[in-house]
Order: sequence, then structure tokens, then C-alpha cells
Amino acid sequence: MSAVPLPAYLMLALILFCIGLFGALTKRNAVIVLISIELMLNAVNINLVAFAKYSLNPGLTGQIFSLFTITVAAAEAAVGLAILIALYRNRKTVNVDEMDTMKR
Amino acid sequence: MTGEMIAFFLLALTAITGGVLLINLTNVVHMVVALIFTFIAIAGIYITLSAEFVAVVQVLIYSGAITIIMLFGIMLTRHQEKEKKAPRLKIILTGLTIGLFFLIMYGKIKDLNFGQQNVELHVENTKKIGVELYSHYVIPFELTSVLLLVALIGSIILAKRDDDEKEAKK
Repeated sequence: MSAVPLPAYLMLALILFCIGLFGALTKRNAVIVLISIELMLNAVNINLVAFAKYSLNPGLTGQIFSLFTITVAAAEAAVGLAILIALYRNRKTVNVDEMDTMKR
Repeated sequence: MTGEMIAFFLLALTAITGGVLLINLTNVVHMVVALIFTFIAIAGIYITLSAEFVAVVQVLIYSGAITIIMLFGIMLTRHQEKEKKAPRLKIILTGLTIGLFFLIMYGKIKDLNFGQQNVELHVENTKKIGVELYSHYVIPFELTSVLLLVALIGSIILAKRDDDEKEAKK
């Protein structure tokens, strides 16, 4: 029984995290930035579930923790989008490089 | 090459392809649709890790709810159809920094191995998670419900149109 080794899962999570980080830092549309952050949180969840299976003390703790992470991520997405809509109503833009009110 | 290996490589390829499309596509709606593939592939990865309940939750919450809410966010706000690229210097600098981060992390994780124990996480997975949630993790579980309530009310209040302001303008 030669299963997929742990580093393979960690590599996949690392690649997805890097893609999400790149998207969050370079994209201009704020919705895309939010969804890139969701991608980063997903990569973290892969790590949690992988360590729940392939660690010194395997158990359900990692899976339950990833469920909590998913809940918090959903709440974050809802609040982030609400802030985005309120900002759009006032400034008529969704580009992150035009949201600079607090810099002036 | 076992079946599990083949499934892992196909799913990982789908997930990474979705991520790369997110970076490279120009239409904003297409980016979100590309990310649905990534989310569903990640659900498959959870199944190979014997976490069936988390996989179902992933499909429901991420490829169902969050993607739809993001599509609504795109459609409720005016945006350029074609996303303009960031300045080239910024892309190169960000890419270099993230590449450095990637190399450092890769060096740390490439030989990580704890050996494999025979655990049966997939046997009655949902039932065991339910029992754990309502016994050992009951306080975080209840706190989560408070968090969701706060997020619900908070996002309604944030997105609500201010009636006082409108009347003041009249």
C-alpha cells in the first residue's frame, strides 16, 4: 500500500497559496482580491486535513479545525463583500488602487 | 502507480490549472468560474485524504455559496470588462518575493515525513465528527454560531442604503 506521501499534499497547498498570494497582491478588482484570499485559506485547509491523516497523532482534530476555518472564511467573504458594496455606492469604483481615502 | 496516486495527480493538476487561469484570464467573471474548478478539485483532494464530510462542506460552501456571492458582487458593481494588468515592475517584484517564499518553504517541506499509521479516519467519518463537535468542541461550535449571526447582521447593516442620508440630500 503505497499511498501519496505527505510532501505531495504540502506541495500542492504551497503552490495554491503562492497563486492566491500573487493574485491578492497584483489584481486590481477588489472581488478578485477577496476570492484570492479564499484560495489562500483553502490551501491552509488542505494542510490541516493532510496533517490530520499523516501526522504523529492522526485524528479528527485537523478536519474539525478546517470546518471552523471554512465557517470563518464564509463570514469574512460576506462582510468583505458588504464593505465592497458600501464603498462602491460612495466612490463608484471597485479598483483597489483607487481606494486610497485613508492615505491622504 | 496506484489508483490513489493517479487520482491525486489529476486533481492536483485541475486545482493548479484553475489557479493559473485565475492569474492569466482577463475577464473577471471567467476568473471566478476558473476558480470553481479549483474548489471542486480541492474537494476531491479531501476525499483522497479520507475527509468525506469536509469534502461535502467544501462543495457546498466554496463552489456553491462563496462563488455565487462573488459573482453577485461582480454583477452589482460596475467594472471594466477587461481587467487591466498591474504595472510590469510590480508584477516582477511580487513574483520574485513570492518565488523566494516558495523556495524557502519548499526546502523545508520536501523531506517532511512522519511515517504512516494505520488509522481509519474514513470509517463513519461524519458520525465521528458530529460526536466530537458536540462533546469536545461544543464551546467553539456555539461561538461559531454567534460569529455567523454577527457576520449576517453586520453585512446587512453595512450594505444597507442609508435612508437618513438620502433624506438629508432632499
